[in-house]
Amino acid sequence: MTVLDTAVDMTTALGSVPLVGPVLTASGCSAFGQELEPFVDLTALGAVVTKSVQLRPRSGRPTPRMAETPSGMLNSIGLQGPGIDGLLAGELPWLAERGVPAFVSIAGTRVEDFAELATRLRGVPGVLGLEVNISCPNVESRGEVFACDPLAASDVIAAVRAAADPAQPVYAKLSPDVTDIVSVARAVTEAGADGLSMINTLLGLVIDPDTMKPVLGGVTGGLSGPAVRPVAVRCVWQVHQALPEVPILGMGGIRSGLDALQFVLAGASAVSVGTAVFHDPSATARVHRELAAALAERGFSSLREAVGYAHR
Amino acid sequence: MSTSRAKGSYLTQPAPKASQPPVQREVEVVSARPVGAYVELTLAAPEVAQRAQPGQFVAFAVGGPMTANLLRRSIAIAGTGEGTVTVVVAPHGPGSTWLAERRAGDTVDVVGPLGRPFPLPGSGTTALLVGGGYGAAALVGLAGLLRSHGSRVLAVTGAADAARLCSVEELGAVADRVEVTTDDGSAGRAGRVTVAVDELIGESGVAYACGPMPMLRAVADAATAAGVPSYVAVEESMACGIGVCMTCVLPVVGSDGQTRFSRSCTEGPVFGGDRVRFADVGSLPWDVVGADAMGVVRP
Repeated sequence: MTVLDTAVDMTTALGSVPLVGPVLTASGCSAFGQELEPFVDLTALGAVVTKSVQLRPRSGRPTPRMAETPSGMLNSIGLQGPGIDGLLAGELPWLAERGVPAFVSIAGTRVEDFAELATRLRGVPGVLGLEVNISCPNVESRGEVFACDPLAASDVIAAVRAAADPAQPVYAKLSPDVTDIVSVARAVTEAGADGLSMINTLLGLVIDPDTMKPVLGGVTGGLSGPAVRPVAVRCVWQVHQALPEVPILGMGGIRSGLDALQFVLAGASAVSVGTAVFHDPSATARVHRELAAALAERGFSSLREAVGYAHR
Repeated sequence: MSTSRAKGSYLTQPAPKASQPPVQREVEVVSARPVGAYVELTLAAPEVAQRAQPGQFVAFAVGGPMTANLLRRSIAIAGTGEGTVTVVVAPHGPGSTWLAERRAGDTVDVVGPLGRPFPLPGSGTTALLVGGGYGAAALVGLAGLLRSHGSRVLAVTGAADAARLCSVEELGAVADRVEVTTDDGSAGRAGRVTVAVDELIGESGVAYACGPMPMLRAVADAATAAGVPSYVAVEESMACGIGVCMTCVLPVVGSDGQTRFSRSCTEGPVFGGDRVRFADVGSLPWDVVGADAMGVVRP
């Protein structure tokens, strides 16, 4: 820690739950945190946002699952994961034993799936809250995700909020692939979301010029990385402007502290670092350090003062 | 491979994890040497060198601090020296080409050692090592280790042509016997490595292979048919190399007899040759754990 770091109060919150710092991992980009242990102090993170879990174990899609793109990548993993039983028996206890807070991403294909997952996660030690993934493009219905329809999105969020532990904030993860993200944000907030996670990946496609066919086994995939950052900052800006009281967990192409600062200034009170972890496994700790220094240089004494500051 | 095979009928056990965790370091290139179609880079990376075991790899960031190529490039460790790690880079895309252009004094960001090392056989077991193209480099350290454990080491290295052969001299210095094959006959015997593998597998107690997937499959099949356990180090495209991106998966049969999509980085790159379902790579067979949740049902 430098002198500059310690000068800025970096504490924040997810809804009502306090966090030691504003930098979290991003769902689907750090598995369940264990693999990062050699590279970062996991307890110093705001939280580990775990890879989206569903009721049953999922194999995910066939390979190839990834294509590198300019300043980013396209992925089509298909939510490979252990299922809720595996998560409760293995990954969550591992995090809890080490005192690493978990923000658990849940996914499903039916409203009832989400509600059941929320029920199963009630009172689980170390689980700070739930991020409801209603926006993964790598699911059976592809572009037709819950988050593209304010009504469908609200149904999921209302069911999760009703089923979830009252002490666990519920964040809705939104898709940028919509005409009006503010209307979706407003709908899920009215349905009970305690906060919003923005953004999930954008649906994309890469064609191999040699084979003249799509690169990915799943044909389309989710675009992430710095290439999508301006889209993400725009979404955070628009939603914060319309709904200034709603907490936002910002993500989408954050690679440096200055990138994170853009999200904070646009209205995010915490950020997730995703694809950058593939490039730099210690990126979360570095982004925290750089953000603290950037805030100090700009005269902020706390992160909270900077949230939404660009709207002045 | 039959999917109904009993769990006890495999010749291999899954490779155990490495004994030490990886580190991430900014390291200096101490030498860059062209070797045929490849470039051999030696890095001053004492903490990686001290931890590395044969079969493991390192993952490089490419393109410098402002790079638009964000994914790590994973390359097998070809050897370790006094505080140094050597890799053989095959330039083909923008990332590997950038790496191959590094010169002494340049720095690179490296993570490693990563992945599971080759399990060693009982002392004195004759071992057959098969390397395809630059994959042969990953076997040099293994050859030395096997010799020090009293193994007789037979090596086969093959490539499309003479310029794409790799580590022939290095393997020759440690192995009891080295066979060279090239597809075009420009060096050694004309043909695939299997020409030599078929001759040597009978006198081997274990086989190891590193190279392109069709070659690994051929070696694994030959070994399994001869009743010889084999371990293959796969080269799947990886985004991170550390186990978080889930892009490098293969259908692999676990110790419980169940097939899972296993990560080549953390559950590999070394797999039992009879446990990799080569024919199913790139597809989703119904009996992979969790395929039912993807809507794939038993035919």
